Amino acid sequence: MDIHEYQAKQILSSQFGLPVPRGGLAYSPEQASYRALEIGGDCWVVKAQIHSGARGRAGGVRICRSETEVWDAAAELFGKRLVTHQTGPAGKVVYRVYVEEAVPIERELYLGLVLDRQSERVMLVASAAGGMEIEEISDAEPDSLIRCSADPAVGLQGFQAREIAFGLGLDTGQIGQMNEILLGCYRAFRDLDANMVELNPLVITDRGRLLVLDAKMSFDDNALFRHPAISELRDKSQEDKRETYAADRGLAYVGLDGEIGCIVNGAGLAMATLDMIKLAGGDAANFLDIGGGAAPDRVVKAFKCVLTDPKVKVVLVNIFAGINRCDWVAEGVVKAVRELKLDLPIVVRLAGTHVAEGQKILQESGLPLGVATTLADAAALSVAAWRDTIRLSA
Amino acid sequence: MAILLDRSNRVLIQGFTGRIGSFHAEQMIAYGTNVVGGVTPGKGGTQHLDRPVFNTVRGAVAETQADTAVIFVPPPFAADAIMEAADAGIRLAICITDGIPAQDMMGVKRFMRRYPRANRMTLIGPNCAGIISPGQALAGIMPDQIYREGRVGIVGRSGTLGYEAASQMQALGIGVSTSVGIGGDPINGSSFRDILERFQTDPDTDAVMMIGEIGGPQEAEAAAYIQARMTKPVVAYVAGLSAPKGRRMGHAGAIITAFGESAHEKVEALGRAGVTIAPNPSVMGETMAKVLHTPRAA
Repeated sequence: MDIHEYQAKQILSSQFGLPVPRGGLAYSPEQASYRALEIGGDCWVVKAQIHSGARGRAGGVRICRSETEVWDAAAELFGKRLVTHQTGPAGKVVYRVYVEEAVPIERELYLGLVLDRQSERVMLVASAAGGMEIEEISDAEPDSLIRCSADPAVGLQGFQAREIAFGLGLDTGQIGQMNEILLGCYRAFRDLDANMVELNPLVITDRGRLLVLDAKMSFDDNALFRHPAISELRDKSQEDKRETYAADRGLAYVGLDGEIGCIVNGAGLAMATLDMIKLAGGDAANFLDIGGGAAPDRVVKAFKCVLTDPKVKVVLVNIFAGINRCDWVAEGVVKAVRELKLDLPIVVRLAGTHVAEGQKILQESGLPLGVATTLADAAALSVAAWRDTIRLSA
Repeated sequence: MAILLDRSNRVLIQGFTGRIGSFHAEQMIAYGTNVVGGVTPGKGGTQHLDRPVFNTVRGAVAETQADTAVIFVPPPFAADAIMEAADAGIRLAICITDGIPAQDMMGVKRFMRRYPRANRMTLIGPNCAGIISPGQALAGIMPDQIYREGRVGIVGRSGTLGYEAASQMQALGIGVSTSVGIGGDPINGSSFRDILERFQTDPDTDAVMMIGEIGGPQEAEAAAYIQARMTKPVVAYVAGLSAPKGRRMGHAGAIITAFGESAHEKVEALGRAGVTIAPNPSVMGETMAKVLHTPRAA
C-alpha cells in the first residue's frame, strides 16, 4: 500500500525524528494560502499529493512567492489529472496539496531502502546524485550508488551508517545528522513493515543542514493487519476504481487496458492466461485470481468485479481446479449469467477436480457459452469472440 | 526414489484441526502419505482423523518420530510455526500458507542460519502448492489425479501452472518423479536452484520442467547453475510476458522492480543457459515431449 508524501513525512518526522521542512496540508486554494501564512516567510512550494514520483516533471510542484500565487497554484492543481511514468496513461487526480516552506539547496542526495530479494535483507541504497529517479541514477551514474544491507537479527549498525555518510562526501558536522536519518529510516522500515522508504531528494541546505525534501513510503499488504494506523492512511481516490472494488471484496485484481475480461484461479495461471490471450492476438482487460475454494457466489462476485470495467466485451473463465471444484465454478458461471442478465460472449475452460460434473452443468444450462478444454482453445475462442463483437459494432 | 518426499517420510500437519488443514490432511492420507499426527496448540491429547494431536512440534516429534511437517497455520502465526518446526528437529517443512509478511520470512531465514548446514531444516514455500512424488506420497494441496508416475521433475512458483504442466504431460504419457511448488512469495525457503540441484543428482529423474514467473532474481540464478552444472535437459516456461512493470500480479513476489526481472529477460537468460523454452503455457507438455524424444549429443 502506498501513502502520500505528506503522510510519509509526518510519520518519519514525528515517530523517527527525521528533519522535514515546515508544511501543511490543504484541501482548497483558500486553505493553501492560509497554510502559507501560517508557515511564514516569502517563498513556498505547493506540491500535488498523488501516489507517484516524478510529480515535478508532470507539473505537480510549483514554487510561489506570494500568498496569491499559492492560491492560484493550488486552484490550478486541484482536480487536475497528472500523468507520470509511474501512473500509467490514465494519470492520477489531485485532491490534496501540500504547502511547504521553500528551502535554499546546496546539494541533493538520494536515499532508498528496499527489501532485497537476493540477500533477503533490507538494503539501503544511497547516492550523491539526488533529485533524479533511481533508475536514471543507476543508468547515468552507477558508480555513485552506495549499497549496504542490514542483518535482521541486529539491525542497521552505526558503522554502516557512517560508511554511507562518509561515502556520500558529507562534512564532519553532517555525519551525525546523516546517521540519525539512516537509522531512523531503517527503524521506520522495520517497525512499520514497509516495502520501500525513499528520500529523494534528501538535501543539504545553504546552512549545511540535512532536510528531507521529498519522501515516499510503501507498505507490505500482508503485514497491514498489525498496523491499523497505517491502514487508515489508504487513499482510495489514488487507486484504480476497478481495483478498489475488487480489493474490498477480497479478490486479487489488476486492471489492464484490453477488452477481454479474465477470471482465473491461481496467480501463475492468471498471468499465463494473459500471455495466451496476447499470443492469440488479443489483450486482456484485467488480471484476476479468484483463489482457492471458489464457491458459486464467489464466481458471481468475480463476474461483477470484471464487469465494473466498461471496456470488457468478452469474459474468459479459466479454472484448473485443485482445491477448487469445477462443478461449483460452473454453477457460479450459470448463476452469474442469469442473475446479472449477461449478454456478452463468455468462454469457459474447466480442468481438474470434478471437471465432468462441471461441463455437464454448463451444457444442461442451455446458455450460449463457449466451452474450451485446453488453455490454447480458451484463448483462441475468446479472441475470436472479441473480434466478432468488434465486427458487429463496426 | 524421488526427491525430498517418498513413502518413508513421517508427516506431521501443523494447523491440523483447522478447516483447511483437516481437508488437505484427509487428501494426503487418502493418497497414502504416512501422516503420523498433527499439531494444534491447546488441542494436545485429542485425536483427529484417527491420529494424535499435539500441543507442540517438539512433543509430536518425540512421540511420533515425525521428520516432515506440512504447515497450514494462518499468516500472522505461520513464521512462528516454521521456526518451531526447525527447532524441533523436523528435516523438511512445507509451508502452504499465503500472506506471510515479508519481514517475518526475513526473520525465519535468519533464524534458520543458527543451525549448522547439516542439521538445517529444508523449507519449501511459503505460499506454495507443496510436493507430490506420484505413486508415493503427497505433502501439499495439488489434485493428485493429474500426476502420472514417471521420470520428469517439475519445479515452479505457481501451483496452478504446475497442474497445467503435469496434466499436459499426462495427456502425452509423460510421468513425474516429483513435483515441487516453491511458492510465489518474494522470500522463500528453497529456490529454483536448490530444487534443480536435487533433480540433477536424483537417479530417477531424467529431465526437469521449470515454471518461472516475473519478479526476483531466482530464475537468473537458476540459469547460471544450469549452464555451469546441469547435465539433464531442462524445459522452462516463464509466466508474465504481458505483465506491466511495477504492478503486483497476485503473488506477492510477482512484480517487476529491477533489471532482469521481466519474463523476456528471464527467458533470454535461460535460453542462453541451454534451456529449451516453452514459448507459451499451452505447449509445456509438447516441448517436454520433444526434448525427451530428441537423442542428446554425448
